[in-house]
Amino acid sequence: MFFDLSWIVHWGLLTVVGLLGIGIFLPSVFYRNAHVQNFVAHGAAMAGSVAGIALGIAGLLAPTAATFSVSSNLPLLTFQIRVDPLSSFFVLIISLSGLAVSQFAVGYVREFEARYSIGTMGGLYNAFLLSMILVVLADNGFFFLIVWEIMSLVSYFLVVTEHEKAETRYAGFFYLIMTHVGTAFIIVAWLVFYQQAGSFSFEIFRHPPAPIPEGFRTLIFATALIGFGTKAGIIPLHVWLPYAHPAAPSHISALMSGVMIKTAIYGLVRVYFDFLGGAFPWWWGFLILTIGAVSALLGVMYALMEHDLKSLLAYHSVENIGIILMGIGAGMIFQSYGLPHLAALGLLAGLYHTINHAMFKGLLFMGAGSLVHATHTRDMEEYGGLIRKMPWTAAFFLIGAVSISALPPSNGFVSEWLTFQSLFLSFQIPDLLLKIILPISAAMLALTGVLAMACFAKAFGISFLAMPRSAHAREAKEVPLTMRIGMGLLAGFCLALGFAPMVVVPLLDRVTAGFTGVTIAEKIVAGGGFALAPGLGIGFASISTPVLAVLLAILIPAALLASAALGGRLRKRYTKTWGCGINLKPRMEYTATGFTQPIKQVFDMIYRPTVKLETEMLEESRYFAKRMRFETHIEPVFQKYLYDPVVKVLQKLADRVRVIQSGSLHVYLAYIFVTLLVLLLWVR
Amino acid sequence: MIESVLITVVQMIVALLASPFIVGLIRKVKAHLQCRQGPGWLQPYYDLAKLFRKDVVVSTHTSWIFTATPYILFSSTLTAVLLVPIFLSKVPLNFAGDIITVVYLLALGTFFLMLAGLDAGSAFGGMGSSREAIVASLTEPAMILSIFAVGLTAGSTNLSTIVHKTALLQGIVTDPPPHLMALAALFIVTLAETGRVPVDNPATHLELTMIHEAMILEYSGRYLALIEWASALKLLLFLTLISNVFAPWGIATERTPVWMAFGVAVWLVKVSGLAVLIGLIESMFAKLRLFRVTDFLGLAFILSLLAIIFFYILRG
Repeated sequence: MFFDLSWIVHWGLLTVVGLLGIGIFLPSVFYRNAHVQNFVAHGAAMAGSVAGIALGIAGLLAPTAATFSVSSNLPLLTFQIRVDPLSSFFVLIISLSGLAVSQFAVGYVREFEARYSIGTMGGLYNAFLLSMILVVLADNGFFFLIVWEIMSLVSYFLVVTEHEKAETRYAGFFYLIMTHVGTAFIIVAWLVFYQQAGSFSFEIFRHPPAPIPEGFRTLIFATALIGFGTKAGIIPLHVWLPYAHPAAPSHISALMSGVMIKTAIYGLVRVYFDFLGGAFPWWWGFLILTIGAVSALLGVMYALMEHDLKSLLAYHSVENIGIILMGIGAGMIFQSYGLPHLAALGLLAGLYHTINHAMFKGLLFMGAGSLVHATHTRDMEEYGGLIRKMPWTAAFFLIGAVSISALPPSNGFVSEWLTFQSLFLSFQIPDLLLKIILPISAAMLALTGVLAMACFAKAFGISFLAMPRSAHAREAKEVPLTMRIGMGLLAGFCLALGFAPMVVVPLLDRVTAGFTGVTIAEKIVAGGGFALAPGLGIGFASISTPVLAVLLAILIPAALLASAALGGRLRKRYTKTWGCGINLKPRMEYTATGFTQPIKQVFDMIYRPTVKLETEMLEESRYFAKRMRFETHIEPVFQKYLYDPVVKVLQKLADRVRVIQSGSLHVYLAYIFVTLLVLLLWVR
Repeated sequence: MIESVLITVVQMIVALLASPFIVGLIRKVKAHLQCRQGPGWLQPYYDLAKLFRKDVVVSTHTSWIFTATPYILFSSTLTAVLLVPIFLSKVPLNFAGDIITVVYLLALGTFFLMLAGLDAGSAFGGMGSSREAIVASLTEPAMILSIFAVGLTAGSTNLSTIVHKTALLQGIVTDPPPHLMALAALFIVTLAETGRVPVDNPATHLELTMIHEAMILEYSGRYLALIEWASALKLLLFLTLISNVFAPWGIATERTPVWMAFGVAVWLVKVSGLAVLIGLIESMFAKLRLFRVTDFLGLAFILSLLAIIFFYILRG
């Protein structure tokens, strides 16, 4: 058995790299036929993802971590790979999403065939998947940085696929700068490790020859937080997300939002729990928890105000990263108070939400992609009534919406519930402040959950229900089967993760056990395997999503039968909706803007909305308006007060520096000469 | 096993039968305070029976969401009711969900109701859904925190454990101040979540003020009956929470038929008392403006938060 698993790990790894490698280069060979390129590229990606799923599961179950290493001619760089439970878990997430998204892409990329080179797009797509898998597998700091940078650059190229649009170029540029700021901080973290431990090997990071002093540990903590936080999109480093994710083609958005930002979560868990291992000061976890709570709440609040469906989803990524960090932060707090079981629970809740978010966010982005495919607009105010034109897309989007809103018995509910429990179990911490803070963050999580539900009631209701609001929506058609299968796969994964937590929790337990030293799966999975009870010996509470699902599945038909018994056969009459005596027009429907108006007004302290209303009256009477113009914006607080000043200072500095840039070749030659002279004097 | 199933079924039937009575009781109290006789005790039952037999008018603009919502709402509310101790402190299904599950199950119904409000394309439905969104988002954090404040004493968020331990006064140092604050918070939440004055008015169909009624404006016949019944169940659920979480005494702590029958009687008295109180409040207060509601609900949130802080401070 053990031999088999290591065999699967070994060959799975080779197959993944091989197939995705083929997927990078082979599509370009068939440059004459875009169709063939499409099939080759995404076929290779799907095959690679299947191998990746096998690798991930085998790596999770394997009793020991497997390492592979190829040395290189460059100093400090060895291509070291380590398949341990944490990296296997993330390989599994990447591959599950990769499989579904590649399937979806076969149909979705069709519309790009006439305009762009599918060979390049498909090759980059495979490179993107491969680089993400290598990021989570890398076991050497230098190697990690190389694949991390490849991942960032490839995703940048994919974001600017539609480069003829100015807004796309702007989004891409913004992303490029932000991601490199992040990378710079990661480099600093690695350099501190290198300086302290004397190697770039993760193995040495893990077990440095001499313990790293507290000050340097804190430095690593902070730089890793900023570096990975930029990629994850924590507030206030989230500003690139709502630009870059909508600008990319939708299958790329699905991967970026569902999977790529998770590599940052991987990085944080790897650095904090693995490298810095265990003994944190309490304020580290507290900081992570606070950032998580703020990101979750503000993320969902900004999402509510978005009417661009893909920007809305991008802000929800900020929210969900926040929820993940709340679980991880709670785990870190417990860890520093020597409560390993609770630490494992918090971390497990965070990781559970990580895989859940990858599944439903990928699904929702594909749903949004289908809407864009069918209507050629991202503006929700132009959708409407699409449930009749696109019943499959609507059903899949609804599953995603219920999951992300954490409504039982979905997968989002399970992981948010586990997060709630780990926050409530804070009463075991011997510190009054934290005892009070953790329930408050639980309340923020509750508020986040309900606002997410409101946001998806808006997103689904305005897009799919009532009457079409524009010609685009009236002429929409259901998307092709290839795309529907892609969405169906992730919808199925969402349902499975919700109904079978007793299978998922033991797998996650293998990840957390390595960091906390305790296994909690047997304690959590209760009730003959059908319930989760993370009381860890004190019986705090339990849930059972399978039982809830069965109850709902029994009671819905029971309600149907009972009402038939009470009232006989159902007689329906069909008429139009009553429009107070006039014909109901789409313009009379509630809009997305109108739907969120009360929320905007209640939380105006956060949104700081500006409203501009111009009314032109009839000349005959000042009571009858001839024309009205209404404009409303919410203030982009972070960009205005945090980023703009920095950009201004940079621009001023650049202006100063420009003095030496005369544009004359002679002057540059003189610079080179002087530099050479100075250097020669220096080394003499 | 069979006993557990039986108890669950009995609990379901008791709740289904008692819920219209509570609605009728509130109406009766209000009628009396307005010096009217009011309709008879059985009127809510007659209404339901009649609605079940009537034709359903469905708008041609709607989709399957509109048709499915009444059934989803009804069954999710009923599932939530099964998780709450009514006459027996340890309900057989207590392992399937705790208070957070109850809150989120009710949210599942609200989510579909909000969708149904948007489905018909009428502006009223959208208005109702939009307002429901803000009211729901302000009440749920307060609700979770207030129950958690009580859960701290019992060491559980599981409703059955809370009720059982409180009923037996087991290992409990009763902390009156936090409990009273949590009680006040939960009562405000109850008024808001069940669409009562001063947050919403179940008796109005005035366009500019309605919230819950606006969402269900397009419903008729059997669908309306299911929704009304689900609303009544929700009201009953909240009153049961208040009475059994804060004063569970009299509830059966063991599965003996006599004690459980006694439990039903005691519970009926308690929820009827609360229903009378709600009737009084509805007669004495005016409905608040929508944007004043937020202050009222903010009060509930602050109270529940204070309850937790006081709990820890009093414990030291």
